[in-house]
Amino acid sequence: MSAENASAVPSVTAPLGIDSQLKRPPQSYWGMAVASLRRDKLTLTAIGFVAVIALLAIFAGVISQGMGVDPNSTNPANAFQQPYIVPYIKWRLGMDPITAPVELGKSGGIPHWLGTDQLGRDQLSRLLYGGRVSLTIALSAATISLILGVAVGTIAGYFGGIIDDVIMWFINTMVSIPGIYLLIIVSAIFKPNPWTLTLFLGFLGWFGTARFMRGNVFKVKALDYTLAARAVGARNLRIMLQHLIPNSIPVIIVVTAIDVGILILVESGLSFLGLGIQPPTATWGSMLTRANNFVFLRDPVTQDFIALHLLVWPGVLISLTVLAFYLIGDGLRDALDPMLKNKK
Amino acid sequence: MTRYIIRRLLQAIPTLLGVSIISFLLVNSAPGDPITIRTFDPNITDTTRELMRRQLGLDQPLPMQYVVWFSGLMFRRGDVVAEFTTPTNRCGYAMGINMTLCNNGAGIIRGNLGTSLQTQQPVWDRLVERMPATLELGLASLFLSLVIGVPLGVLSAVYRGSWFDNMVRFFAVIFQAVPAFWMALLLILFFGVYLGWLPTGGRQTVTLTQEFDLMDRIRHLILPAFVLAFGGIALLSRIMRTETLEVIHTDYVRTARAKGLPGNRIWFVHAFRNSLIPMMTILGPAILGVLSGAVIVETVFAWPGMGRLTLSAAFQRDYPMVLGSVMFFSILVVLGNLLSDILYGIVDPRVRLS
Repeated sequence: MSAENASAVPSVTAPLGIDSQLKRPPQSYWGMAVASLRRDKLTLTAIGFVAVIALLAIFAGVISQGMGVDPNSTNPANAFQQPYIVPYIKWRLGMDPITAPVELGKSGGIPHWLGTDQLGRDQLSRLLYGGRVSLTIALSAATISLILGVAVGTIAGYFGGIIDDVIMWFINTMVSIPGIYLLIIVSAIFKPNPWTLTLFLGFLGWFGTARFMRGNVFKVKALDYTLAARAVGARNLRIMLQHLIPNSIPVIIVVTAIDVGILILVESGLSFLGLGIQPPTATWGSMLTRANNFVFLRDPVTQDFIALHLLVWPGVLISLTVLAFYLIGDGLRDALDPMLKNKK
Repeated sequence: MTRYIIRRLLQAIPTLLGVSIISFLLVNSAPGDPITIRTFDPNITDTTRELMRRQLGLDQPLPMQYVVWFSGLMFRRGDVVAEFTTPTNRCGYAMGINMTLCNNGAGIIRGNLGTSLQTQQPVWDRLVERMPATLELGLASLFLSLVIGVPLGVLSAVYRGSWFDNMVRFFAVIFQAVPAFWMALLLILFFGVYLGWLPTGGRQTVTLTQEFDLMDRIRHLILPAFVLAFGGIALLSRIMRTETLEVIHTDYVRTARAKGLPGNRIWFVHAFRNSLIPMMTILGPAILGVLSGAVIVETVFAWPGMGRLTLSAAFQRDYPMVLGSVMFFSILVVLGNLLSDILYGIVDPRVRLS
């Protein structure tokens, strides 16, 4: 906007860029995105859920200590204790004065709110610690694949030609091999610990991001401001870092959010196949896998299934967290896409 | 059209070459020496081991080992014919270039995927043995995804914004977020153990005679096929919903409406048929999805398919077996992609030109 236009506005004292007649402050792209995100209750709920899970995972140590339990301390005498929460509520409501104190006695005074596993380990604290490992792996692997994908995709899209051909050949090749088998090979050869598993997942997961990035760079590269930057003599690296990548951030954020969800699923799937992180380190996937061995176990007297709580909670947590990341991805897509906004 | 097909066929070749190089490198990065694994016999001396290594070309650098694995041909400098000639290795000496050329009759280019270390059977034979089970499972789940996913997607587009549409979209997201094996375990617990309606695993009831019993087979197939189909149902309903919504905004649908055609006719003759076009492109991803999902579903349901075979081979460190089956799966995926591209080109002529 030029000075001439500004002086044409009735109130000359108003700062430049504010339309005094509409009384509407100027909106930046990110401001608009945040504003539309604020109206999106579902996405906000998902973000809130992930934040809560993340906080619980970060403070897993403090919470476990507060409860007086350790995720790896075993108590074979108290294996497969049912969640304490139900009898506790009944006890407090005066409906069942016996079960809760008896369970408390068995566990040595420690309330196992979500029950114990086959070794008498507290499930709640294992879930908290497991969430820490699962989330860290998923987030770090997503970061690795984000960096790789953005770098490779930008280079392919920007330079085009033979460089693009070679990179696309590599990507097409890699996505032709069903990813799970690549991971099976790698995990069978090198028994993974949390660090190596993160690296495997990151290094085998960037192909989709690179493709998206490449497509977007093709688009942005053809725009006038990129041409202008080139005309004033900006170097390739500068154009990439200043123009191409910042203008692809919306795409990247959306892809990454969904990636994190997928990575949590993949980690649990690998654990289930016996190729994930080895015990005793808890992850949601490995807890579910352990539970799998005891699913059909019944109490000899009452014939009730006694390991259902081990099967339900890790699964629910995985599903809800993955769902939350998908919803965040979807919500951000809507919030960050200026074209969609006009449609609503 | 022929030119388009030929071009796509040629494009598949570098991809397959790449797949072979990458899986070969990956498997050969494993620590441990294949000869030591094969020769636990204490009577075998180190000299014999060294000779075997040389005969198999394992003493050579990795690129040359790849050539042997890929083509079954081995090149050696000088006249070393006698040393290399074995019942499986036929060698000849080329005087002019001073090279020995051996042909062991194998090589994936000739369809020989190698020999399994575990059973000493050809990898291909072991795969073929397990193929019907995976095929059965894959086809059943594809069928379910189509029969359930497509109508759900179309209906949720037709009744856009209704509770039905919201339900379909809600479950589509849920199904993609739930770990497949957890879903499988819950279904086994409910239908297999609690209700006792369906078997909890396996491909058929184990009997002495193992006669073919269709009803028994179908009962065993239901749960695994459903679990494998969940992802497909979710994906297809999403694609169909988007496509149908896109198609109903086109000019020819508006024309049909303007002509006064009845709603059903517009939906099913004009909109639905055209929204089916992108279905052609799902063949490749569907094969990828079935092969990937098969590992987990076959493991949960003790289904004797190729996925579980590969997994157990990986545990046993039977690298030729793993390498062979991964190669085979990738070929299937590449062929699937190729086929969907060609079908798409036939149905939608605009694709051929780009």
